[in-house]
Amino acid sequence: MTAAVIVFPGSNCDRDAAVAIEHAMGKAPIMVWHRETDLPDVDLIVLPGGFSYGDYLRAGALAARSPVMSEVVARAKTGVAVLGICNGFQILTESGLLPGAILRNAGLHFVCREVALRVENNRTKFTDRYDLNEVVYIPVAHKDGNFRAVPETLDRLEGDGLVAFRYCDDDGDPGDSPNGAARNIAGILNDAGNVLGMMPHPERVADARLGGTDGAKMFDGLAKVLA
Amino acid sequence: MITSNIPAMALEFGLSRSEYELTIEILGRQPNITELGIFSVMWSEHCSYKSSKKWLRTMPTEAPWVVCGPGENAGVVEIGGGKVAVFKMESHNHPSFIEPYQGAATGVGGILRDVFTMGARPIANLNSLRFGSPDHEKTRHLVSGVVAGVGGYGNCVGVPTVGGECTFHKSFNGNNLVNAMTVGIADADKIFYSKAAGLGNPVVYVGSKTGRDGIHGATMASAVFGGDAEQKRPTVQVGDPFTEKLLIEACLELMATDVIVAIQDMGAAGLTSSSFEMAGKGGLGMDMDLDKVPQRENAMSAYEIMLSESQERMLMVLREGTEDQAAAIFEKWELDFAVIARLTDTGRLVLRQHGAVVADMPIAPLGKASPEYDRPWTAPERLEVIGLDDVPPLDNPSQALKTLLTSPDLASKRWIWEQYDHMVMADTVGGPGGDAAIVRVHGSQLALAITTDCTPRYCQAGPRQGGRQAVAEAWRNLNAVGARPLAITDCLNFGNPERPEIMGQFVSCVEGISDACKALDFPVVSGNVSLYNESDGQSVQPTPAIGGVGLIDDLDATASMAFDGPNDVLVLVGDTTGHLGASLYLREIAGREEGAPPEVDLEAERRNGDFVRGLIQSGRVTACHDVADGGVYVAVGEMAMANGEIGADVKLPPDAGTPHGFLFGEDQGRYVVAVREMVARAILKEADSAKVPATVIGNTGGDSLTVDGDWAISVSDLRAAHENWLPNYMAQD
Repeated sequence: MTAAVIVFPGSNCDRDAAVAIEHAMGKAPIMVWHRETDLPDVDLIVLPGGFSYGDYLRAGALAARSPVMSEVVARAKTGVAVLGICNGFQILTESGLLPGAILRNAGLHFVCREVALRVENNRTKFTDRYDLNEVVYIPVAHKDGNFRAVPETLDRLEGDGLVAFRYCDDDGDPGDSPNGAARNIAGILNDAGNVLGMMPHPERVADARLGGTDGAKMFDGLAKVLA
Repeated sequence: MITSNIPAMALEFGLSRSEYELTIEILGRQPNITELGIFSVMWSEHCSYKSSKKWLRTMPTEAPWVVCGPGENAGVVEIGGGKVAVFKMESHNHPSFIEPYQGAATGVGGILRDVFTMGARPIANLNSLRFGSPDHEKTRHLVSGVVAGVGGYGNCVGVPTVGGECTFHKSFNGNNLVNAMTVGIADADKIFYSKAAGLGNPVVYVGSKTGRDGIHGATMASAVFGGDAEQKRPTVQVGDPFTEKLLIEACLELMATDVIVAIQDMGAAGLTSSSFEMAGKGGLGMDMDLDKVPQRENAMSAYEIMLSESQERMLMVLREGTEDQAAAIFEKWELDFAVIARLTDTGRLVLRQHGAVVADMPIAPLGKASPEYDRPWTAPERLEVIGLDDVPPLDNPSQALKTLLTSPDLASKRWIWEQYDHMVMADTVGGPGGDAAIVRVHGSQLALAITTDCTPRYCQAGPRQGGRQAVAEAWRNLNAVGARPLAITDCLNFGNPERPEIMGQFVSCVEGISDACKALDFPVVSGNVSLYNESDGQSVQPTPAIGGVGLIDDLDATASMAFDGPNDVLVLVGDTTGHLGASLYLREIAGREEGAPPEVDLEAERRNGDFVRGLIQSGRVTACHDVADGGVYVAVGEMAMANGEIGADVKLPPDAGTPHGFLFGEDQGRYVVAVREMVARAILKEADSAKVPATVIGNTGGDSLTVDGDWAISVSDLRAAHENWLPNYMAQD
């Protein structure tokens, strides 16, 4: 399988994602500059974390209009797996591939810490290696992670199994979210299940040396499912 | 701004009468306003180090592993594997007090540029912050703004902020200290310097456009504050971390080619200092067309262009004919790129604007005539050593422990470092909260250990010992994680050097730093001096912040301070006399700021540190922590809290006498090491033959901290109180 990592001006977790992908898949991803209008033939597209365009205007708003994004949207519609992490999640909501909007954290501060997440749906390309309701520990690092949508959308996301991860406590019960997100939502899928946006950074816990491997399971799972 | 009264302007720009006369001598005529501005910033304390350089020259700067010492943008040391570490610490005190968010943010931006200018990819940021008393009306606002500014810049640029320190004292009420440190990694054969070379080579400006911000920032940072500090806000620059990120990537991409001859960032005094420095080091001249300088605003004068401290700008000399290749890279990253000057053999800086020469100044004489003062200084008063019987004994040692661990200086700084992305780049093996941060060298088993340290109350009470202690503590913190200490950067923050007692503090601290650097083979490779940290006659406590860098050869042989399990033996390494003078116990429990600071015996320091590092590298240490503020019981308490659940019992030695000296004394050169019971005896024997004092002082276990089995305090309660102080304080109105 082949993966691509899209690099926007201001992306800063592009290398981290590439390292985690290469570790899981045994092959380095293709790094694609945002001005490209063509995408190579790939099985996975990653929109990495960072501060594309400095978060100016709104986090993700400018990157969503980058030349490469029309092709990312087109590929997503054909079923190619797209993973948006942190700023990547913000770009996915701004580009309309995922519903809702992501606002400033309720506490107004940037928050960088490990959080507990409950796996809400393990029948996806991204979460195949996790158990349902498993509690995993993955760090967040953002100032704008407060996921919001109208109640009907939230109901539909929950009803259709499109919530992938929820912030929880060590026992898997609803806990303090780091950002005040609606219904403790940390990550969501599109209707077809091939696009995942999440605020936590799985690529930061894909190496035991860095304090955990709960994120490696996502990349290992993708490697297996997309092989 | 245009005025004919040049002599009056000179004074307003901060030049003394004699300095002004020197400008006339050098030019052979009266300077015009642009030239006068250039003289004044080049000769400002901030840029010229005129009060400090006599003393800076006395510091040890060499070791076999030092590639480049002070004088370049940052220091460089070898770390093996064909790599070097590049690092420096710098102050942004004055701007951060006037406008905390932008002041702190641009401090981070500036130090990052110093490091990537040399060809290194920045891999870690740290910061050393000193604020006024928590009771002071401005403190909360300053903490909030500075922390947001440090985070706002570093997080966006994508360099992890992995450590630092933050303490409070009323002497900082009118002048907080914001010192930022960056560490980068470069290939040993790809280091870039600032010495211009090659007649006719193009001088290129890259990065952001030049605006009217930060004009005369360096002059502002070279004066004491009166009651008008806030009115100096227009001299503070505004940072754009997004542009900095692009600039890092563009510069590193260009550096991978072979087109750059020399490069220098535009920091304090912007285009002025960068052009003088590059041409000066190369013994060349520069002919510059100011119309080519990318400008943010219309009708900027030559004076404004040369004195602007707009951020995120670099100046470089390229090989002739490579301009298009370089321009393409900057175009890709959407940054300005302009050839603004050529190198000449005249030895003069000639500035042209709108077809006329607007300044024409000799470069070497301006540098050579740069003032150097041997300012009068008085030796600091030697304070009495405070005897143990002069300090009231304890009621309850565990209550005293709690008081100390919830005091502003020792309370958890999690509220701060959770606002910093300390994990981006996915190489942070040990983040904030430990003795030293551990950052892996990407793709290898090597890692750097990094720490910042200083104890201002020691430097106030006894500057020479305080200077020694700052270096020794940095050295200790690196040993405590198993790293081999390599070198330091220093950021020397003092009051007004025109006062002999302040100059005396400076001289003595520098002597103390030099003592320790020599004894520990731990040279100074870069640094910065910040004077005039003084408001309305109140000077800050002398604060020579030390940034230490060490090397970890094997990531499997490191230590953290967290207890690993119950029933481990606690071994105290180093001598304990129970020194309470200038201690945190004396200040926080007895309410007294008195007495001589602890002596630093540098020979013992070295023996003890080498021994502990060896133990860690031998794989027999389950936890290690240096003994610093608050003494032995605080060190054990911090080890327990780092684990979160496991407690310990500390046994008073039979000869402890009054227990507060043993538990809370701040004798130097000490570590608490946890080891498995079965290896403890062998370790004590090894210590004995290495002439290192080592005694068993207790063991881990239970969920409380106790002294001789008594005075139990639960680790989880202690930890909650320790964690809550800062968030509760910041939540108050």
